[in-house]
Amino acid sequence: MSGIDSVLVATVPPLGDKQAPPKRKEGGVLSKRRGALVTVIIALLALAWLFPLLWALINSFREYEYTQANGYLSFGGWTTSNYEQAWTQGNFGLHMKNSLLITVPAVVLTLWLSSMVAFVLARFSYRFNLALLGVFLAANLLPPQALLIPVFRMFREIPLPYFMSDSGSMLNSFWALILVNTAFQMGFCTFVLSNYMKTLPYEIYESAELDGASVWRQYWQLTMPLVRPALAALATLQVTWVYNEFFWATVLIQQGDKLPVTSALNNLRGQFFTDTNLVAAGSIIVALPVLVVFFALQKQFVSGLTLGSTKG
Amino acid sequence: MTHIDEAPQSTEPEKAVAPNQGRAKKLPTRDRATVITMVAIPLVLVLLLVWLPAMLSVVLSFGKWNGFGDLGTIEWVGVQNYKDIFTIYPAFWPAVKHNLIWLTFLFLLPTILGMLLAVVLDREMKGSRLYQTAFYMPVVLSLALIGFIWQLFYSRDQGLINQVFNSEVDWYGDPDINLWAVLVATAWRHTGYIMLIYLAGLKGVDASLREAAAVDGASEVKTFFHVIFPVMRPINMVVIVIVVIESLRAFDLVWVINKGRNGLEVIGALVAQNVIGEATRYGFGSALAVIMMLISSIFITIYLRTVFREERNR
Repeated sequence: MSGIDSVLVATVPPLGDKQAPPKRKEGGVLSKRRGALVTVIIALLALAWLFPLLWALINSFREYEYTQANGYLSFGGWTTSNYEQAWTQGNFGLHMKNSLLITVPAVVLTLWLSSMVAFVLARFSYRFNLALLGVFLAANLLPPQALLIPVFRMFREIPLPYFMSDSGSMLNSFWALILVNTAFQMGFCTFVLSNYMKTLPYEIYESAELDGASVWRQYWQLTMPLVRPALAALATLQVTWVYNEFFWATVLIQQGDKLPVTSALNNLRGQFFTDTNLVAAGSIIVALPVLVVFFALQKQFVSGLTLGSTKG
Repeated sequence: MTHIDEAPQSTEPEKAVAPNQGRAKKLPTRDRATVITMVAIPLVLVLLLVWLPAMLSVVLSFGKWNGFGDLGTIEWVGVQNYKDIFTIYPAFWPAVKHNLIWLTFLFLLPTILGMLLAVVLDREMKGSRLYQTAFYMPVVLSLALIGFIWQLFYSRDQGLINQVFNSEVDWYGDPDINLWAVLVATAWRHTGYIMLIYLAGLKGVDASLREAAAVDGASEVKTFFHVIFPVMRPINMVVIVIVVIESLRAFDLVWVINKGRNGLEVIGALVAQNVIGEATRYGFGSALAVIMMLISSIFITIYLRTVFREERNR
């Protein structure tokens, strides 16, 4: 699951000039009786939505023998051994490291490259601007399966020196995943960033020019610091998306020890199949990094998704 | 690098419509080189890794190739692959059917539910933030992981559902029902996602409009259809595109469960099966990929047109 999320708002009206919208009045209050009914329904639904994760959390701490003997509707048999077992059996230390080595470079590269394109789109009005944006945005939406065969075959042919990948080719290397993820994610980031940059007052560039600042300095020293909020929000989103990316990792990495966490799940399923409590512990381990990101940076996450969608 | 661009331009008020129009022509060589590099590197990456492969998929779809030999070993067969797909490939039509069910289901349940949740939670309501968090928490999880988590409900021997109802259904294994089991799991993630999009869009609804409607004595339902819904039109467009493309791309969940077989055939998984499965049939797989590409390109076009209309309106 990489790209599609990114379609998100890319079309919704972009940020207006006002950066900090005045506090909006919410959409009115419901009549009391009906309000109470709606609140109850929403609360129940919200509980239902939380339940799967809670259920996984609870059972990840229970002994297999206990739940086998007493059923899952019982209470007791608490243990932490599922986590130890899942961690070693699933080799999560290795896979987490792989995910890290793929996600961080991919996100940095995506943000860097797309901020450059976005800067050019926002700073200059070339005739090809719209077409350029289209090339990146459409790429973001193409089903990855549609490109699989040529990409797969190309990567097999591209040799990499052994210090870059011990597979000797792009296939089975982190480089492949970093580049593919970057190529796919640039569209969304370019779009969001260029819209954000367009809200910066044009005068800053005029005075920068008077000071003799080169285009590169206008980009790196003037624009980039000003778009930091957008970069932070996008970074949060991209980290979760690249971490969650499943398709490319599954098809481009065939060496089990090179798989990132999300795709490694597929192998684990066989090993854990007979023990649901292990599945639960494994799920929580895999979910933990993104949940931490989510709770720590919730604001960034949501604003990243909705960036450009509020009229301000 | 003392004087770069020029003041004179600002003395031409006619150009005020697009203030930066035409600036680039007067960029000094070094800056022009900078601009070209800034665009060229990302562009080359996206052309090489997305657009070139997309075109090669089309070319390959007219050949037969096991992918092991060099390009010379490709046997060109015209539209034979497409013919085979439509006539004798047993998995294709079930896959199309499943993708369509996927699409319909996503629209009818999670999409509409997500929209309703957004409309309700957009109001002043105690704990609205908390509820929102509950609904969109699954959005940060990968679908592969979601397939894993739902195993805790669906497993035949140890799943919660069978324990509660004392049944022995193999929710992921039975080809008659596993698609629905998967769809429910997908809905868990999809609802919050749609809710988030609409919530963002609803921020654009002018509260005074709604108040005016309330003063006029319009019912909740009427207000929704006459005031809120029209404002959401551009968002509806985005949501339609998202849902269609997401249904078309469906892959992760079914691949984790059984690699897209036995009731869970979807087009995306068929392509992968033909490349990394037991038989590598590149031409055949490419033809499937091209079919996906054609369907998605319709919606990509709709999407880009919506985007560009917004761009021009700015």
